[in-house]
Amino acid sequence: MMPLYKFNFFGMDASLVIAVIIGIGFGFALERGGFGNARILAAQFYFYNMRVLKVMFTAIVTAMLGLFYFTWIGWLDLSLVYTTDTFLVPQIVGGLILGIGFVIGGYCPGTSVVSAATGRYDGMSFFVGFFFGVFVFGEIFPLIENFYNSTPMGRVLLPEFFGISHGMVVFLVVVMALGAFAAAEWGEKVRFKITGRVKE
Amino acid sequence: MTTLSGTFSKEKTEEKVFAPKPYSNPYIVGVGLGLVLLASFLIMGRGLGASGAVSTVVAVAVEKTAPEHAAKNNFYKEYLGDGTTNPLKDWLVFEVIGVAIGGFLSGSLAHRIKGKVEKGPNVSTRTRLIYAFVGGSLMGFGAKLARGCTSGQALTGGAFLNLGSWAFMMAVFGGGYLFAYFVRRQWL
Repeated sequence: MMPLYKFNFFGMDASLVIAVIIGIGFGFALERGGFGNARILAAQFYFYNMRVLKVMFTAIVTAMLGLFYFTWIGWLDLSLVYTTDTFLVPQIVGGLILGIGFVIGGYCPGTSVVSAATGRYDGMSFFVGFFFGVFVFGEIFPLIENFYNSTPMGRVLLPEFFGISHGMVVFLVVVMALGAFAAAEWGEKVRFKITGRVKE
Repeated sequence: MTTLSGTFSKEKTEEKVFAPKPYSNPYIVGVGLGLVLLASFLIMGRGLGASGAVSTVVAVAVEKTAPEHAAKNNFYKEYLGDGTTNPLKDWLVFEVIGVAIGGFLSGSLAHRIKGKVEKGPNVSTRTRLIYAFVGGSLMGFGAKLARGCTSGQALTGGAFLNLGSWAFMMAVFGGGYLFAYFVRRQWL
């Protein structure tokens, strides 16, 4: 019976109201985490504040466990949940460009919205730049359309790809996340000892 | 009774100080963010996003200024839909409006709303704003090539165990760490 929308529990107009409510939760959490501040986001790339990793991996693990649980008790039909198809090479190239843009600009799209909404001029500048980047992409799209659609793999999830059970992948991701948290806590302490730099 | 009123008056004076509060515990925020994402999966059957909303707005703007030009382009066409509904009546557009409201609410409650520029001490405001624009442009391009940004791919696809999203996430961190050295003056 879940996802509710796919089982027609409510219509399109109600879904837009839900969109705003979910967006409020999303924006609220990002701001609480310090993600409206480019210095905190960029600090991730210099190892003196690992907030980005901690928040992101905790969120991924929480939602992943929830998805697994609701599928396991039979309430959620995972095949009805939308996820993008994999186009491996363009996604890796896009990820590299995005990562470089991240450390230069200090935000990602969602966090720049929060930053701009809390009065940060650099967040506003970033957001305008983001529009420009999407526009440039749109304009040259006919030239790169073939590359954009290259290495199509369809809807492929990690359990199928590695040929192990869903539960096993969930378990491995949890172990990996716990290891990353321990490393992040330790790394911050070492970094503090060397530089004396206090994280925010 | 005196101690009780003492605590009350102390709380009152504390509230009058509008110093920004420190950011919350990252693990607690992470669980909160994860629950918002899970709610989106369970209720809507989709995750969170941000870049898709911008694509819709850009596509509509191009279509309004140059309809024939937009009609020839598969990228814009995808976001304009079949013309039966207003393309701006889009889930992600409304979600991003919510993100701005939520960010503002949280910032207000913690006294963190302030007109300023976030940057390291060794770089001018002007340089920082240019870098922000350049970084934003690169990210706009990269996000479209990757079919999503940190919200739609890394966070949403990550929790969904989507192969492309995990490859994307590794590439984002890889690109960031590789290039961090060259822009260290901006932040450190």
